[in-house]
Amino acid sequence: MRTIDLHTLTGAYALHALDDEDRAAFEHHLRDCPSCAQEVRELAATAVRLGIAAATPPPPALKDEVMRRIAAVRQEPPPTAAPARSAVRRAGAARLPRWALAACLAAAAALGGTTVWQYDRARDARAEASRAEQRTQRIAEVVAAPDARTRTEALGGGARATVVVSQSRDEAVFAASGLAEPPSGKVYQLWFDDGGTMRPAGLMDPARGSGAVLMEGRVGDAAGMGVTVEPAGGSERPTSAPLALVEFPV
Amino acid sequence: MREAVHIGREPSPRPDLDELMTLVAQGDQDAFAALYDALAGSVLGVARGVLRDRAQSEEVAQEVLVEVWRTAARYRADRGTAVNWVLTLAHRRAVDRVRSVEAAAARDHRAALLDRTTAHDEVTEQVEVRLEHEQVRRCLRTLTEVQHQSVTLAYYRGLTYREVAELLSVPLGTVKTRLRDGLIRLRDCLGVTA
Repeated sequence: MRTIDLHTLTGAYALHALDDEDRAAFEHHLRDCPSCAQEVRELAATAVRLGIAAATPPPPALKDEVMRRIAAVRQEPPPTAAPARSAVRRAGAARLPRWALAACLAAAAALGGTTVWQYDRARDARAEASRAEQRTQRIAEVVAAPDARTRTEALGGGARATVVVSQSRDEAVFAASGLAEPPSGKVYQLWFDDGGTMRPAGLMDPARGSGAVLMEGRVGDAAGMGVTVEPAGGSERPTSAPLALVEFPV
Repeated sequence: MREAVHIGREPSPRPDLDELMTLVAQGDQDAFAALYDALAGSVLGVARGVLRDRAQSEEVAQEVLVEVWRTAARYRADRGTAVNWVLTLAHRRAVDRVRSVEAAAARDHRAALLDRTTAHDEVTEQVEVRLEHEQVRRCLRTLTEVQHQSVTLAYYRGLTYREVAELLSVPLGTVKTRLRDGLIRLRDCLGVTA
């Protein structure tokens, strides 16, 4: 795309209306175009006004749930080396992000974490990079948590599943190696096992090459997790026998 | 078009939100509760527009608000207001969700598009009726029809510009420029600075 075309993308970019490829190209351009960056800031602030105007009263239960959750979620430390602002924060939390990234990669290597399955859509690496970085960051935080516990189970056919659980973060990471690509029109869905009741915990996205995924939702009282094959888009409840059931390590 | 009764309520922003965010970054739950009261309605409104589904939009709103708590230390007052930070995140997450759901479902692209957007003129009408801010409504009306529809479909429904072009049957380049000049006109009408 020519530079002149790229400049007209400020509006679409501010509205999150670019697909990954265009977004990557535009962000690359943005680095060398201060006037574009200024325009993006202004147009993004304009878009926010559209958001404020669309406010709708949230149900009271939402606040209860959010307040309950934040009480159990540890906050990230400031991104740069700043003086410790909270005495509560444990020393271990300050080592992110670079240390944690290394730890995560090391853990992935130790688990034999090769690419989970082949995906045929070659995606622009740059487009995926920033989002992948965020995912990697959160995964790294779980893996590097001081109380992270790991369990690996063989799934048969040479495939292996590994879960890493951090009680303090109330989050879990799932990684698989050697899993076959799901049948056409199917996806692998993750579940938390709440004493025999399966609670949806997200889909494994074959278009995302990472072998590790952060399970969606809180660990809560779940005693383990499972993986099933579900119709594309996932299901409310498992519709097939689990491919794997892994007890959370204690 | 039906004229909505304007309720004289200012959902936000209040000037002290940036300070609240600083307290939130230090782990102050009371400050977070105040931030929640100021912004949760807008976060939910953004998610509801893009996702349509009540349960999903509440789920995304909840995720966004917890993420605000978790990553509050990343907020930089010199790069923009707390409101901008939170609502930009909310829109991004809602859009990510709707696009990942579509990708995972591998639904027919066109069907997905039409499913998400009733007739586009209906969408723009619904949106306008819902808007609480007279000023935003008034400024939206100063846009040309294509600007108005493009901006509305992209922001309130989370469509990509390619999808907008497809839905409105106008060339890609036209949508790109309409999104930009439409937003510029809105910016000037609303007096937004950044």
